Order: sequence, then structure tokens, then C-alpha cells
Amino acid sequence: MFSEFLKGIIRENPTFVLMLGLCPTLAVSVSVVNGIGMGIAATFVLLGSNIIIALLKNFIPDKVRIPCFIVVIATFVTIVELVMMAYSPALNRALGIYVPLIVVNCIVLGRAEAYAQKSRVIASFFDGLGMGAGFTLALILISAIREFFGAGTILGRQVINAFQPAFILGMPSGALLVIGLLLGFFNLLKNRQKT
Amino acid sequence: MNPGQFLVIFISSVFIYNVILSRFLGLCSFIAISKETKPALAMSLAVMFVTTMSSIITWMIYRFLLIPFNLTYLRTISFILVIATFVQLVEMAIRKVSPPMYRFFGIYLPLITVNCAVLGVTVLNADMFFLKDKAVPGSFYYSVFQGVCVGLGYTLAMLLMSGIRERLEFCNIPKAVKEFPLAFIIASIMSMAFMGFNGFSR
Repeated sequence: MFSEFLKGIIRENPTFVLMLGLCPTLAVSVSVVNGIGMGIAATFVLLGSNIIIALLKNFIPDKVRIPCFIVVIATFVTIVELVMMAYSPALNRALGIYVPLIVVNCIVLGRAEAYAQKSRVIASFFDGLGMGAGFTLALILISAIREFFGAGTILGRQVINAFQPAFILGMPSGALLVIGLLLGFFNLLKNRQKT
Repeated sequence: MNPGQFLVIFISSVFIYNVILSRFLGLCSFIAISKETKPALAMSLAVMFVTTMSSIITWMIYRFLLIPFNLTYLRTISFILVIATFVQLVEMAIRKVSPPMYRFFGIYLPLITVNCAVLGVTVLNADMFFLKDKAVPGSFYYSVFQGVCVGLGYTLAMLLMSGIRERLEFCNIPKAVKEFPLAFIIASIMSMAFMGFNGFSR
């Protein structure tokens, strides 16, 4: 069970290894708070959909499984949307259209298709938890880099004012640059390990 | 309805808030299929068709079903279901018309369903052209036009990217950044170039 959980964090990290769910990762990672909010929201959806799909796997006909999965996922996303609107309107405003877009986050559908539909409920639960944690950690990493170099703050608090912040990192192109360089860096590490 | 609004929608959704380079919608397919121009163009046309059609369908659903019955919280579920059905149709059509193209796309065609660009544009339409659950005048035309323009923006970014990547085939690239990392860095530079359009709208 524990290995199911751990694999999502490093070996099969959804963002850096499987390269799934990149749209929300790049769009909301302007600040660490947004990153954590999106991570938790996606983890909740992932857990819920993994459990329900693992429970229903014997009842869902193979041919129409994708629409069925999408309905399950969309239900959980709607729950997240309503809860967020009620309890954290500021976060909801900051994440904007990327909250309903969790439905089309490839991680959720990908795990349903690749894992939950052929696994037991408890294993699926841990798989969802691990993938969610991996996603959240990746978001925190990217958003911390962008917030630190782009605004000189972490979690909204000023941590350094020795240099002029590079505003470009707070912009969309900065997000693409950070993820490109991070992926290249991880590739470099992987190549080193092999040789 | 204000004709000038169409120009604003065109410029803002093709250039300023380009779906891919500024809003990051449809990024997975953008990175995965932009290696050669021909499939990139086919994919873009498919996406443009789907964004346009789903803008029309979801506007009708939102205006005539969800708002009158006070069900706007079902927006996400109903939109994604409609899009999924519609994409299935497009997939069947392509399979019939051009089997080689179908083979090439492999898993990506069904993935238009989970292409954020498509759901994104419908949600944006509902957010922008309905104020307090009431359609602004001309919202239908604005929505459809925004669907077309988002598709155009997607096509523009895809064609630029695939052109650049085709050239890169002949370059000597460091092993660590080959393929995906380099694609992201190129996209970043393109996005920077698109930032130049920022002062355009107001």
C-alpha cells in the first residue's frame, strides 16, 4: 500500500515524469498559495473519482467507460467548485476558470483509465493520494520558484529584496520557461545516474 | 450588440490571451503533436471545429436549459458531457474519411474531449457573456465568434511551433533538453513575443 502512495511522488510524478495536467500547473503557479489550493482541490477530485470508479468498475460497460468516468469526475469537481465558492471566494477568484477545468485535468482521467478501473478500492485510494501529493509538490516547487524570483516573496511574505524581481517569471512565458528548465534539469540528473 | 466588440474578441483571443501561450489551455496536445506541420494543422482544424460547434451547443444549453431551471451549478457536468458526445462524432467522421490520419493521432483524438481548450472556451463564454445569469445582448454571436477565434489562436500557435520544431530536427541539441524541455523553452520565447500585443486592447 505504501509503495502505491510513494510512486506518485517521485518515480511516476504526474507533472515531471508522466507530463499530465500541465495546463493548470502552469496557469495557477504564480504564487504558492494558488499552487497549494489547486493541489488540494485536484487531490480531492482524484481521491473521490479513484474510489468511486474502483467501486463501480464491474458495472461500467467497457464501451462507454470514458463518458462514465467524466461524469463521476465532473461531479466531484462541482463539489469542489461549490465548496470553494462558499468558503474561500478569494481563492476561487484567483484560480478562475481553472477550477471547472480540473474536469479535463489529464491526471484524473489518466488515473481512472490506467489504474482505478482495474484495481481494488484501497489500492486506488492510495494511488490517488500519492498522485495528488506528487501533483501538489510539483505545483509547490514551480510556484515557489516563480514567486521567489518573480516577486521576491514566498507565501506573500517578503523574503528577500537584494535583487530586482524578474517580473517575467510571473507572466505566462515565465511559467513555460521554468517548467522547461526544470524538465531539462531532471533529464540531466537521470542521464548522470545512468552513466 | 456592438460590432467593435468583435474586433476586441478577435484580437484578445487570438493574440493577447492566446489559448496556448497565455491561458495554457490545450497545452498537452500542443507539445505532443507539434513535431510536424501536417498533423499539427489537422489537429488544429479539428480543435477549431470542436470549439466553434461546442460554443454554439453549450450556449443553447446554458441559455435555454440551465438558466430557466436555475441549474447553473450543473454547468461543468453538462458542458463536458455535450463536448464528449460531440467529439465522439468528430472522431467517427475522421475514422471514416481518413484512416491514415486516424492511425496517426492514436490516442490524441479522443483526448480532444479532455482538451482544456474546448471546455475552457465554453466556460469562458458563460463567464463573459452572461452577467448575473442573464445573457448580454448579442451574447450568442459573441460566443460563437469567440469559439472561432480561440480555434484560430490555437492554429496559429500550433503552426508556428511545428514550423520551428521541424527546423530543429537538423540542429545539434544538448541531450538533456531534447524534445519536451526544449519545446517548453521555445513556447516560452513565443509567449514572450506575444506579450508584445498586450497594450493592444485598451
